[in-house]
Amino acid sequence: MKRAGVFVLCLAALALVLYPIVWLISASSTPVEDLVANLRSLFPGRVTAEGYAGALEGAGGEPFWTFLGNSTIVASGAVIGNVVSCSLAAYAFARLRFRLSGPLFAFALVTIMLPAHVTLIPQYVVFQQLGMIDTFVPLILPKLLATDAFFVFLMVQFMRGIPHELDEAAKIDGCGPIRNYRYVVLPLSRPAMVTTAIFTFIWTWNDFFSQLIYLSSTENYTIPMGLRLFIDQTSSSSYGPMFAMSVLSLVPIGLFFLAFQRFLVAGVATTGLKG
Amino acid sequence: MPYLFLTPWLLGAIGLTVAPMVVSLYLSFTDYDLFNEPHWVGFDNYAKLFGDDPRYLDSVVVTLKYVVWSVPSKLLLALAVALLLNSLRGKGQAFFRSAFYAPSLLGASVGLALAWRAIFDTWVDTPDYALITIVLLSAWQFGAPMVIFLAGLQQIPRDLFDAAAVDGAGWWRRLWSITLPMLSPVLFFNLVLETIHAFQAFTQAFVVSGGRGGPADSTLFYTLYLYERGFTEFRMGYASAMAWVLLVAIAVVTAVLFRTSRYWVFYGDER
Repeated sequence: MKRAGVFVLCLAALALVLYPIVWLISASSTPVEDLVANLRSLFPGRVTAEGYAGALEGAGGEPFWTFLGNSTIVASGAVIGNVVSCSLAAYAFARLRFRLSGPLFAFALVTIMLPAHVTLIPQYVVFQQLGMIDTFVPLILPKLLATDAFFVFLMVQFMRGIPHELDEAAKIDGCGPIRNYRYVVLPLSRPAMVTTAIFTFIWTWNDFFSQLIYLSSTENYTIPMGLRLFIDQTSSSSYGPMFAMSVLSLVPIGLFFLAFQRFLVAGVATTGLKG
Repeated sequence: MPYLFLTPWLLGAIGLTVAPMVVSLYLSFTDYDLFNEPHWVGFDNYAKLFGDDPRYLDSVVVTLKYVVWSVPSKLLLALAVALLLNSLRGKGQAFFRSAFYAPSLLGASVGLALAWRAIFDTWVDTPDYALITIVLLSAWQFGAPMVIFLAGLQQIPRDLFDAAAVDGAGWWRRLWSITLPMLSPVLFFNLVLETIHAFQAFTQAFVVSGGRGGPADSTLFYTLYLYERGFTEFRMGYASAMAWVLLVAIAVVTAVLFRTSRYWVFYGDER
């Protein structure tokens, strides 16, 4: 009886929590007149695909596919960069002995808490002088250099748990650190790599601040930047394409969530990822 | 050999963290507009921030209000839902845990913030309520701390509750005397993490306010003002000073939280 009550309470809370998502999907497929007349209703009237047609036409003279392609390039670059660079650093910190290991790792932990704003302006100045503003380099290069120290920490935690006997065995078989990393530790660290890849993808896909700062021409816009073009338009006539593009922008995250929800929830529960 | 593996990270740590920090500290004492050489102006930028820039002080107040409202409301919701889910078992718990976690992934996006702005369209245009909509959007993403709370709840040994029940302790009593003390390290962790993040909130305020922090600067978040000064007016020295004040503020608040933690955070094995 008590458990049934809790269950009902949870369902009610879930309905409240899911309302904005359901509303967005419904709004994206409602004719603008119906939507404006009945803004907060979940099922305001007729269904239309006009919004989606408008969304695919894009904004600012660029089709949606441009934004999608750019977002995909940036997110893929970030995922590859983070997985490679963070796993290399984590291997050194977790499995190799060297004199500065302690202080350097402590420094890496401190940088997790550092607000990006204190490094932002000089980084911008340097990329500007190198002529790299309005390219994807400032968005991807930091990931190739393991600046997301959080993932270094996550992988170090994981790699420390791999039995050291394996290193000994590999050594006897003639493996140096490079082959030991490649053929022993890396394959066994797959869960940590997958967690890193998923979160990097989702955060980069959603990221707005650095894309806002570094991308300036519409043909280089990512999806969040494409959506930004709707922000200034206060007229309701653009509601259909705006909400349809919003839904399209969330689809990859929704798919990742459905496919990897166990990984995501376990990742948050064990490491305190902010999600 | 270890340094071979560390090369990318070391390059990033020196080239993208340490050196830029030093440079931004230097720039904060200069007048720099990206096109002309920086001029040393001493403490002028800092003096101007606190003495001669009412909009800056507004942005500080808005950000502090946001931190003070959004962090506790998000954590309370997270804790309440975690307690609720902790009394479910198996598949039901796993389902709700995943479902409540979803907004934490979606809520950071521009797309959802646009929806939020439309749902609360009357509030967004009212100076007294605009900030509340952003606080609500943040509280809506309670899923991540909730998952952490739930993991913490499942670590509490069951025999503590059994013993208390034998002694006749009711639900409130057990919550107050067992659950909360045992959960306090997790609560502290969530509090520190969410506070640090709340100080840096940007995307939601940018989208909901149409990029300007309005109406009447009521959602002019610190980072939004920093963006405006640094990247639309290109007053890079001024923006660097703002960044350093933010860093110091976050460091001080974190230190204060750590200080108070000895009075309310209970580490079981330390007693």
